[in-house]
Amino acid sequence: MANLLSTFIGIKSPNPFWLASAPPTDKEYNVRRAFQAGWGGVVWKTLGSEGPPVVNVNGPRYGVIHGPDRRVLGINNIELITDRPLEVNLREIKSVKRDYPDRAMVISLMVPCDEDSWRDILARIEDTGADGVELNFGCPHGMSERGMGSAVGQVPEYIEMVTRWVKQYSRMPCIVKLTPNIADIRKPAEAAMRGGADAVSLINTINSITSVDLDLFAPQPTIDGKGAHGGYCGPAVKPIALNMVAEIARNPATRGLPISGIGGVTTWRDAAEFMALGAGTVQVCTAAMTYGFKVVQEMITGLHDYLDSHDMEMSDLIGRAVPNVTDWNQLNLNYVTKARIDPDLCIKCGRCYAACEDTSHQAIAMKPGRVFEVIEEECVACNLCVDVCPVENCIDMRELAVGETDLRTGIRRGLYANWTTHPNNPMAAKAAE
Amino acid sequence: MSQARLAPGVMPGRLTPQEIAANFVDVAPPLTDHEARVAADRCYFCHDAPCIAACPTGIDIPLFIRQIATGTPDAAAMTIFHANIFGGMCARVCPTETLCEGACVRMEAEGDPVEIGALQRYATDGLMAQGDHPFRRAAPTGRRIAVVGAGPAGLSCAHRLAAKGHDVVIYEARPKPGGLNEYGIASYKAVDGFAQAEVDWLLGIGGIELRHDHRLGRDITLDALRAEYDAVFLGMGLGGVNALRTEGEDRGNVLDAVSFIRDLRQASDLTTLPVGRDVVVIGGGMTAVDAAVQARLLGAENVTIVYRRDRSQMGASLHEQDHATSSGVRIVCNAAPVGLHGNGSVAEVEFAYTATDPDGGLHLTGDRFRLRADQVFRAIGQRLDGVPEALALDGGKIGVAGPGRTSIPGVWAGGDCAAGGDDLTVTAVAQGRDAAEDIHLRLSNDRK
Repeated sequence: MANLLSTFIGIKSPNPFWLASAPPTDKEYNVRRAFQAGWGGVVWKTLGSEGPPVVNVNGPRYGVIHGPDRRVLGINNIELITDRPLEVNLREIKSVKRDYPDRAMVISLMVPCDEDSWRDILARIEDTGADGVELNFGCPHGMSERGMGSAVGQVPEYIEMVTRWVKQYSRMPCIVKLTPNIADIRKPAEAAMRGGADAVSLINTINSITSVDLDLFAPQPTIDGKGAHGGYCGPAVKPIALNMVAEIARNPATRGLPISGIGGVTTWRDAAEFMALGAGTVQVCTAAMTYGFKVVQEMITGLHDYLDSHDMEMSDLIGRAVPNVTDWNQLNLNYVTKARIDPDLCIKCGRCYAACEDTSHQAIAMKPGRVFEVIEEECVACNLCVDVCPVENCIDMRELAVGETDLRTGIRRGLYANWTTHPNNPMAAKAAE
Repeated sequence: MSQARLAPGVMPGRLTPQEIAANFVDVAPPLTDHEARVAADRCYFCHDAPCIAACPTGIDIPLFIRQIATGTPDAAAMTIFHANIFGGMCARVCPTETLCEGACVRMEAEGDPVEIGALQRYATDGLMAQGDHPFRRAAPTGRRIAVVGAGPAGLSCAHRLAAKGHDVVIYEARPKPGGLNEYGIASYKAVDGFAQAEVDWLLGIGGIELRHDHRLGRDITLDALRAEYDAVFLGMGLGGVNALRTEGEDRGNVLDAVSFIRDLRQASDLTTLPVGRDVVVIGGGMTAVDAAVQARLLGAENVTIVYRRDRSQMGASLHEQDHATSSGVRIVCNAAPVGLHGNGSVAEVEFAYTATDPDGGLHLTGDRFRLRADQVFRAIGQRLDGVPEALALDGGKIGVAGPGRTSIPGVWAGGDCAAGGDDLTVTAVAQGRDAAEDIHLRLSNDRK
């Protein structure tokens, strides 16, 4: 049976499922409940400098995107870092860690961008027994207006500088949490690495307005008629997070840099996907906020079952998909597939037909009796019909064998060849001269 | 158990007023907002959707469901009403399981269709509750059309004609409009006076005058209507009830099911309505089910529907049959009455089992049985009654070509009195609407 015991930059946890620095990890009561439910670790809600704590709005902090049946697809928040006194948080962290020595306890930090502030806060957390720190360079609202959070994370030089201070004044493993509100995620990751970070975690939340109240004409969440952008998270952001994780994992400059994956992890499968793209642990927030801490139990059994059924250990999974993430120009242009509709599974809704006829390549025929058939002479294998079909596996993409003629082009399928050598590529032609 | 419940004979008050009230509540309560959103989300928005093709009025069902899903149920209601001004009643009485919902691709996928009927009710109830009539009339044309019968066909025709600027006079034999919506369907399908409220709302378009107590052939003649009006639409339904033609049919407490249903719908206090302890309903259609179930709900102890053919051939849909059996009605198939016995009033009905001939006909077998019956309802169909002789008939109904054109120029017909329908509210609505379009076209061309 696969072992889920995780060691991530020296931090041990009974499983790779951590709660992200966020409302669920703001105090002892919640974190104890999380550990009782089975979470492998937590990143404690971000601590700020000593002194009067920040204040939060007293209206709604969250906006939501609902799917069918009010399923939560995405949440944005305008909550700030912890609004409780530093001493209270430190006392509670120490208390919980003492009772749960086997769980990962990482403290998220965000203080002003000067060396003294960082040295001071690192000294204050020294004897909590925590396993590591995570630098919050990602929070995109409120704190960023004060020169912290994503205001730091958007400037690679600042990331490098602060990370260097942290490594200088602390022996703790250091995770740098990255903001996705940036053009190229590789740059801040490289900066963190240069600064000596032991790992990066990503993504933090995405700048967002979840919706506009069409009676108030104000963004939601609305505070007294006004709204400010918040940070978006939850299942809706997962594709963005996966790409950013993969970009760092396959970047030669940061290859091998440990990653803690964050962004819409809701089920074991989401976690496994992040891990396949190089994440050593995953961090979860929205799923817990939607369903409660118990969701971790499904993640644990699901990952167990997956690894066992594939005869893999976690180490076999982590990063396994990274070599298959490539650039477009490396894709095999001689790989030819054709859509194929299984008439036995077809329920005759015609969505494939509408999609192909109206918006694609007119490659599906609608025959009497609502029989839908692929016209191979027209099919470019775009996969849209598969995507819109409500019946799983009703439409699949059949791969042509090498040598088989593509009825659309009249060309027999060849061996691997990509754009770099394609005759239509002017660059390729030049290189051949 | 109260003594009244078990008392033999035909008597009122078998159940307490509380029991009666509980029995006659809305058989399919309306969806809440959230239920409607969830139900609407199940629609796949099919291309050239089979549900539309299955709707006799051709309502754009995927569009109205999407309008509900996106939080605009009033727009959904308008999508429905443009095709079917009786969308409210049809949502309640349509045999959706054999029409739109039966065609839903979700049936193929998982045997559980989108709740089209319930969603239609959700949308139409919401708009109608706002009171205002949503359609406006076109400029007056000066043309006048007579409509005979204020049932679904006649009112549908009248509404469409009024919308096009024509003036309409409806002649109705009964004291209230609505036709079978008011007099002929089970009470629990249209609670809280919905049928009258719907007619009032429909007439809100204006330009429609309703003249009650005018029966064709008694108070008015087709010739006179033709002379006075630019066009005539006949939608008077089926006034006659088929007889059993069985010995003893004239005994006491042998009644027409449609009369029982009518009296029940018109009763102000259901505890005063007499019902037997042992009730036998003869027939296999919706009327038989409506009569049988309501007899049960009034407190009849034993109610049996006896139908002469196989259950699969019953006019009542499977859903209706299930509703009957789950209400405690017993359904006996392949049996026909051969005698009604009793001393004055009926006491027993004697049946013979039937067998099917190779040509599809039936013959009685020697196997017989008797059912105790202190009340018997005939529900073996209705027939055209009092139709002007000049009209050509087709299979016992008024013959029509195309959109309701009869053999007499300037006279259209639709609904149950016309050939070609399914004796459904929804087909009557479609026929009335289509005849109105044809009348409008004819009158418009005449003017040129």
